[in-house]
Amino acid sequence: MSRGLPTSGSIRRRLTLQLVGSAAFLASLLFVIVLSFTRDVSQQTHDSILAASATSIMDSVSVRSGEVSVDIPYAALSMLGNVSNDRVFYRIAQDDSVLTGYADLPLPDGAPPRGQPRFDTLHYKGDSIRMVTLARRVSLNGQVSDVVISVAQTREGQAAQLAELTRNALQLGLGFFMIAAFLAIWAAQSSIRPLAELAEAVSRRGPKDLRPVRRPVPSEMIPLVTSLNRFIERLRVSLSRSEDFIAEAAHRVRTPLATVRTQAEITLRRVERDENRASLREMIRAIDESSRAAGQLLDHAMVTFRTDSLLREEVDLGALSRELLNRLRPIAELKDIALHSDLPQTPPLSGDPILIQNAVRNLLDNAIKYAPSESDIQVILRKEGAELRLSIIDEAGGFPSGDTNALTARFARGANAEGTIGSGLGLTIAREVVEAHGGRLTIAPSQATSGPPAASPRREGSCVSLCFPMS
Amino acid sequence: MRFLLVEDNLSLAAAVEDRLRMDGHVVDHAPDISVADDYAATADYDLILLDIMLPDGDGRDFLKAHRNRQGTTPVIVLTARSEVSDRVGVLDLGADDYITKPFDFSELEARCRAVLRRHGGGSSNQKRFGSVVFDPMAGTLNIGEKTVSLRNKELRLLEIFINAPDRIFSKSKLVDRLFSYEEDVSENAIEVYVGRLRKHLAGSDVEITTVRGLGYRMSLA
Repeated sequence: MSRGLPTSGSIRRRLTLQLVGSAAFLASLLFVIVLSFTRDVSQQTHDSILAASATSIMDSVSVRSGEVSVDIPYAALSMLGNVSNDRVFYRIAQDDSVLTGYADLPLPDGAPPRGQPRFDTLHYKGDSIRMVTLARRVSLNGQVSDVVISVAQTREGQAAQLAELTRNALQLGLGFFMIAAFLAIWAAQSSIRPLAELAEAVSRRGPKDLRPVRRPVPSEMIPLVTSLNRFIERLRVSLSRSEDFIAEAAHRVRTPLATVRTQAEITLRRVERDENRASLREMIRAIDESSRAAGQLLDHAMVTFRTDSLLREEVDLGALSRELLNRLRPIAELKDIALHSDLPQTPPLSGDPILIQNAVRNLLDNAIKYAPSESDIQVILRKEGAELRLSIIDEAGGFPSGDTNALTARFARGANAEGTIGSGLGLTIAREVVEAHGGRLTIAPSQATSGPPAASPRREGSCVSLCFPMS
Repeated sequence: MRFLLVEDNLSLAAAVEDRLRMDGHVVDHAPDISVADDYAATADYDLILLDIMLPDGDGRDFLKAHRNRQGTTPVIVLTARSEVSDRVGVLDLGADDYITKPFDFSELEARCRAVLRRHGGGSSNQKRFGSVVFDPMAGTLNIGEKTVSLRNKELRLLEIFINAPDRIFSKSKLVDRLFSYEEDVSENAIEVYVGRLRKHLAGSDVEITTVRGLGYRMSLA
């Protein structure tokens, strides 16, 4: 149904994309927050150990006999070793002279802090280091002097720890994203489901089903269903109005035609002059022709309408043909045409019974119309592989050799149709019906068959077959 | 036979009445359902011919009511609609057959005959002429002990003769009544059927004689 209909995107895709997009955004945000938080915590922990180390060294600074002396406690450096195996550097300086440690350890820019530890991330010997600097003012021989202690550690252990933390945060973010995305898709599916169910319920309907939609739908869809129902109602009213119109028109046209025809038959019985009788016969033939043409045109319109959306019911082709044969038998008898049938029980077809009946009736009508008096018509049903073949074999002299397409074209008539009433739509109708069911119509010269023995010698004829694929 | 014709179009009804009377049938005409109900309640009919579109209702309602009051008279519906749309409706409601307007009287006759045959009527319609007993419903001819089954055209030809003994029918008139208007047949085709009838009638006191230049006549020998 959506063939050729322009689409403005898909609600489900849009909903899914929006929900999944939000989930991705939230997951990234979560990742960043968790990462920066844990990184801060890890940095603070490291910094406080560095500070503790520097403070414990600072505590051991004393002024003895006018000189600054430092006795670095073992624990001050070993506590750093507990954290990681990173190398530790230190420097203890008094004013501008280094007392002990690594003299080339870089100094932070600016004045050394007083009282408060200062933390810096620097480069030393090709490695990134984290350094704490503490300063303390001491009085030395009445002079004020600054003791500056720096303790630094390379950051490899911290980097490894950070990588681990990043990985954890990434896993957390990804996990969150996957669950959120799954929920998003599920939410999109389930919110679109009533729409899909409604569409399916409407498209599953047969061509004649014009009842309003009564199934419960979510409140957001009420306006849609209301307008759909209003539309269905308008369609139903207009269809039934046009059906009534066709019935009324047919009644208005056919009733006077019936009057004329009956009067013509009565007059034909009464008049004696041959010319008058010939023109009366012409009149009756014209009436029959117009009535049959009108009937077939209506049939054809109905076939075109119904093949648009084909009804699928189980159709028993044999029973259907038998019923039609019974209906047509009185007409065949008028010409002393014997209708033989060989209609065994076959599996049902899936199709529109009214269309199939119309196709078979048109073929039988044709056969009876064109067959000579006292001939035989055989109707044979056979299951051939995955096909059901219904053949109608007459003794009407056969169609002129030519392709089926030309014969089944609208208003085409065979060469033997001269002088017989018909609009030439019968074969067209039959072909359109069988093709709508995925089958085909074939026309072949008839040969001796396995049918019941004919009452009269076999004459040449044709075999028109409808081949339906079985479901 | 006795027909009830339910048809609101008066000119069609008059024509059909005329046509049926020509064949010796008795026809009552009801222009609407209420009159039809009255007729159906008071008289016995062999057949009801029923139009569908009537001024005071749908012919199908009459059909339903007719079946509900156990009416056994067979009903043939006269419809103007295409066969497909009406078919299911009328046959399901108990019509025995239907015919589409405008109709061929020989087709109507054939359908009546088929319907009556199915209903088992007909023995009352036997016709006797001389030593010949003719049953148009069964399509048989009895001469003494001999029973002959007639083909449709033979049957109709015999019916024409037996309904008007001693009358002369021209070949062209017989062609009109025996063949459908869509068939182009020569007048000589009649000779074949007359020949066959003569063969069937052999051994009886009934004969078909050729009246030179005028046609055929059936009479007692």
